[in-house]
Amino acid sequence: MRHLLGIEGLRRADIEALLDRAEAHLHGGPDASHVLRGKVVANLFFEDSTRTRTSFEMAAHALGAEVLNWTTAGSSVSKGETLLDTVRNIEATGPVALVIRHRSSGAPHLAARHVRCAVINAGDGTHEHPSQALLDAFTLRRRWGSLDGRTVLIVGDIRHSRVARSNLHCLTTLGAKVVLCGPPTLLPPGLESLGAEVTSNLDSVLPRADAVMCLRVQTERQSENFFPSAREFSRMFGLNAARAERLKPEALVLHPGPMNRGVEIAPAVADGPRSVILEQVAHGVAVRRAILEEVCR
Amino acid sequence: MSSTILFRRGRVIDPRNGVDGVRDVLVRDGRVAEVSEAPLQVQDARVVEASGRLVLPGFIDLHVHLREPGEEGKETILTGCMAAVAGGFTAVVAMPNTKPVNDSVLVSEYVKAKAREARLCHVYLAGAITKGLQGEEMAEMGALVSAGCVCITDDGRPVMNAGLMRRALQYAQLFDLPVMVHEEDLTLSGKGVMNEGRTSTRLGLTGIPPSAEVAMVARDMVLLEETKGRLHVAHVSCEGSVRLIREAKRRGLRVTAEATPHHFTLDDEAVGAYDTHARMNPPLRTRRDIEAVREGLADGTIDAIATDHAPHGVLEKQVEFDKAWNGVVGLETALGLTLAVVREGALSLQRAVALLTDGPAKAFGLPGGHLAPGAPADITVVEPDVEWTVDSARFFSRSRNTPFHGRRLPGRVAQTWVDGRLVFEDGHIKESR
Ligand SMILES: [Zn+2]
Repeated sequence: MRHLLGIEGLRRADIEALLDRAEAHLHGGPDASHVLRGKVVANLFFEDSTRTRTSFEMAAHALGAEVLNWTTAGSSVSKGETLLDTVRNIEATGPVALVIRHRSSGAPHLAARHVRCAVINAGDGTHEHPSQALLDAFTLRRRWGSLDGRTVLIVGDIRHSRVARSNLHCLTTLGAKVVLCGPPTLLPPGLESLGAEVTSNLDSVLPRADAVMCLRVQTERQSENFFPSAREFSRMFGLNAARAERLKPEALVLHPGPMNRGVEIAPAVADGPRSVILEQVAHGVAVRRAILEEVCR
Repeated sequence: MSSTILFRRGRVIDPRNGVDGVRDVLVRDGRVAEVSEAPLQVQDARVVEASGRLVLPGFIDLHVHLREPGEEGKETILTGCMAAVAGGFTAVVAMPNTKPVNDSVLVSEYVKAKAREARLCHVYLAGAITKGLQGEEMAEMGALVSAGCVCITDDGRPVMNAGLMRRALQYAQLFDLPVMVHEEDLTLSGKGVMNEGRTSTRLGLTGIPPSAEVAMVARDMVLLEETKGRLHVAHVSCEGSVRLIREAKRRGLRVTAEATPHHFTLDDEAVGAYDTHARMNPPLRTRRDIEAVREGLADGTIDAIATDHAPHGVLEKQVEFDKAWNGVVGLETALGLTLAVVREGALSLQRAVALLTDGPAKAFGLPGGHLAPGAPADITVVEPDVEWTVDSARFFSRSRNTPFHGRRLPGRVAQTWVDGRLVFEDGHIKESR
């Protein structure tokens, strides 16, 4: 794998191999601190995300790499430098990989066409967030052993969610069934043709789910009239305690974070016994180590 | 320079005059003198052996952006005209969204002067509907007509104000002027950057639903019926629009329409991995829309093939997809893309020629577009069976923004004649001065 631009198009064996590597890292595994020793991994975050950036940074350090952190704040981007200028300038400093987070869907693809080093998509616009999907799948696989035949329900703003897209590709490739649920305004056309079951009736699908993933609701969508109010969204699509009661006893709850507690997920559910949200965070570094190892080979 | 030219034994297709067969075409003093089934014997004529070739009326493109004045780095009137004649076009209509906008006699005169200097093809002008394309106040239509504008349009932008659009349709009747419209309801297209559908969902790009176009076509048909004006729908991209235009024509409304080669060739999957060369407005739609547009071309619903030739530099295209500019150059690939549809059987050759010649000429009431005696000797000679590969590096246009680079296309332009002057031959521009 030269780049990791998205989950779409990856084969099951590619994904399984990454998850197996992550498993080895999680257990301490063989010492990997020499793998990228003397090499530089550049974090290019055109959009803020302390959580993802820190996770990649820790993963790179664990492999012995130096990390160059680059953010748009006070950078030449605000002076009109284009994405390609920036990427080429950073590349000139000789990193083995560029980890790119960007507001525009496809920005890492553009970068990858113009650089020699590896490009890792750390979230592009409303397209994909592959490392997040891998750590979600990793978390579920550790609980279940296998995803085959499982049903994962993803609830919320599907339209604008890169997490939903990456998870759809990842989970279905690993043998799970994915149900996408949200208000009709947040369900873009063609999701079925990508392999999902689509519904706006949350209560009808809850009892079938082996896991529920709540997506962060961006409240600015309210002013764009995708839904009338956060309160109404919460009433219709929030995972509250009463809804959680209707889940299978062993069903799991995930959230890619950061959470709007009380909007898409009730605090009692987020902190309850079904929640694997903190495991997701903990697994992030191991999965990203596996990704860096793979693309920097 | 010989002022008598004899095109010998070519297959002449002249849809307006019902000609399709091997003919000799005699040109004298820049005009067609005779079209003859029997071989002609003429003293002192320059002879063009056209056997095995198509001898066609010069193509007319109702929709090009020449970028001058204002963005000469993308195209100039000269390079745009070079691209036109290389593509077999002997006349183009220059859109008004230059910098400054062509909403005045001054800008019209400037473009005309530059076109005269280029001395390659006929350049007709489109004036703005509204001052500065701002969609607020009508431009001085009478002055624009007297300066040579053959239509008015705010192309690139819709006229969102329905009251203003209604008055433009009424006022333009003073001059029997077609009002050309870019049909887009901006409240429906929003921040969209490509067609809304499976591909936009997969790529996480904001979609533009077909309703953004169809709803405006519907609105304008209502206004047209009421005002009895003349409307020309630019770059029709989807099924719903074709259907509405077909119905309007059936009811006798004075509506004409055009479709671009990219809209009848590519669907939205051409965006591929965020290829900004496939970013245009209206966006590439679906297979079904392509079929509907092709049916519209074949059955007369759509009158003309127009390129919407829209040159952009690398800086406008080598960026994130949602930051890229809309548009594609089209003059040098239009014939090949049209003949490719003929080859696929969706369009007859005669109809294809009509869409490039007679159809556009009639839509805007332009001279040319046919080869009756007395018509201007605007003639395009085509080698129909020669295949070639699109190489954007070799375009005469100053810009290279095409999604067709590398594509094999049928039909090579061998010669382009304007007013009886050879302006393009075998890949070379002739006497540009
Ligand atoms: Zn245009």
